[in-house]
Amino acid sequence: MEVLHITTENFESEVVKSEMPVLVDFWASWCGPCRMLAPVIEELAGELTDAKIGKINVDEEPDLAKKYGVMSIPTVIAFKNGEEVGRSVGFKPKNALVKLLK
Amino acid sequence: MFDIAIVGAGTAGLSAAIYGVRAGKSVIVFEALTYGGQIINTPEVENYPGIRQISGFDFATGLYEQATGLGAEVVYERVIRIDDQGDTKLVVTEDGQYEAKSVILATGAKNRPLGVEREEELIGAGVSYCATCDGAFFRGKDVAVVGGGNTALEDAAYLSAYCRTVYLIHRRDQFRGEEKSVERLRKKENVKFVLESRVTALNGEGKLESITIEHGKNGETTQLAVEGLFVAIGQMPDNEAFANLVDVDHSGYIKAMESCETNVPGIFTAGDCRTKKVRQLATAAADGAIAALAACEYID
Repeated sequence: MEVLHITTENFESEVVKSEMPVLVDFWASWCGPCRMLAPVIEELAGELTDAKIGKINVDEEPDLAKKYGVMSIPTVIAFKNGEEVGRSVGFKPKNALVKLLK
Repeated sequence: MFDIAIVGAGTAGLSAAIYGVRAGKSVIVFEALTYGGQIINTPEVENYPGIRQISGFDFATGLYEQATGLGAEVVYERVIRIDDQGDTKLVVTEDGQYEAKSVILATGAKNRPLGVEREEELIGAGVSYCATCDGAFFRGKDVAVVGGGNTALEDAAYLSAYCRTVYLIHRRDQFRGEEKSVERLRKKENVKFVLESRVTALNGEGKLESITIEHGKNGETTQLAVEGLFVAIGQMPDNEAFANLVDVDHSGYIKAMESCETNVPGIFTAGDCRTKKVRQLATAAADGAIAALAACEYID
């Protein structure tokens, strides 16, 4: 699956109302660890069949970052049925991100 | 059997890898998380000789591509132990074992935590070790910076441009950092000095809402309502796994002179993890070169 570009417009449909769990990466272009995480997120999107992967640019979507209390990036949040079920802050290896969905 | 095993893919480790492979040696680099080390957190590097300006990420990626392009192998496994078997060094990781003729320890340094309860739980929920990374999330809010060195002073100055109030908390009444920076901060109306004080508790449900401060003079405690706490009390090495292998100083830095040799033949050390006065990007790279060439000489 492709990495979804998530914005205020599609957050409701892609994350909140998603039937599949969603892993959302809050990032920004100026953030080094976020850029380190980017290939890991790409890889995950290619491998996971039972979850969707999306990215939210905190500079473009400050309200979404604020709503979910993102105070450091990268922050990855796992959503199930629109509810947060797990969160990790900072660069984390792939298996740690997969665990957020469990 | 590899000629050189390097622990840590930061600036020192990858620089060592470049010199090692260019000297015709087989090189394996172990990294627990991601390549690049501390520099990836720096938005703009402007003091590396020969490069006017580059992002830490681009610098690290260039170094990584240079090392791997030349033939160094980078393995993402955490090293838990090294056994010195004389001519062979056995590198034990969480996932396997590797033999090498020589080892370069380039484990770097990490931010020193305050050591207050709930600190780790609140990272990313108010507690931060990087003002330039996370400062923008605290626009218009009240925050605190802890520390007395240049980093703390720079952090306070940086945050004062975004935040409503910046409390600068330091356990002494004098700063280690530059007097000029202190003077500049004193002129800022939204920077408040909280001296001879230490943070004893972090409070808040799910995110930081306030901190408890104990004042050294009278032992009184007060609560300060802040949503952000920026910890800038220095760095510490990450050498616990090797403290039985090589000599370390009282802070845990691996003892070595300019030659990058440790007390164990065939084991070298480079970068921020070793005893030294200056810990900069350029000195990490320089150490990498010295350690790699010393390892080559040892092998031959």
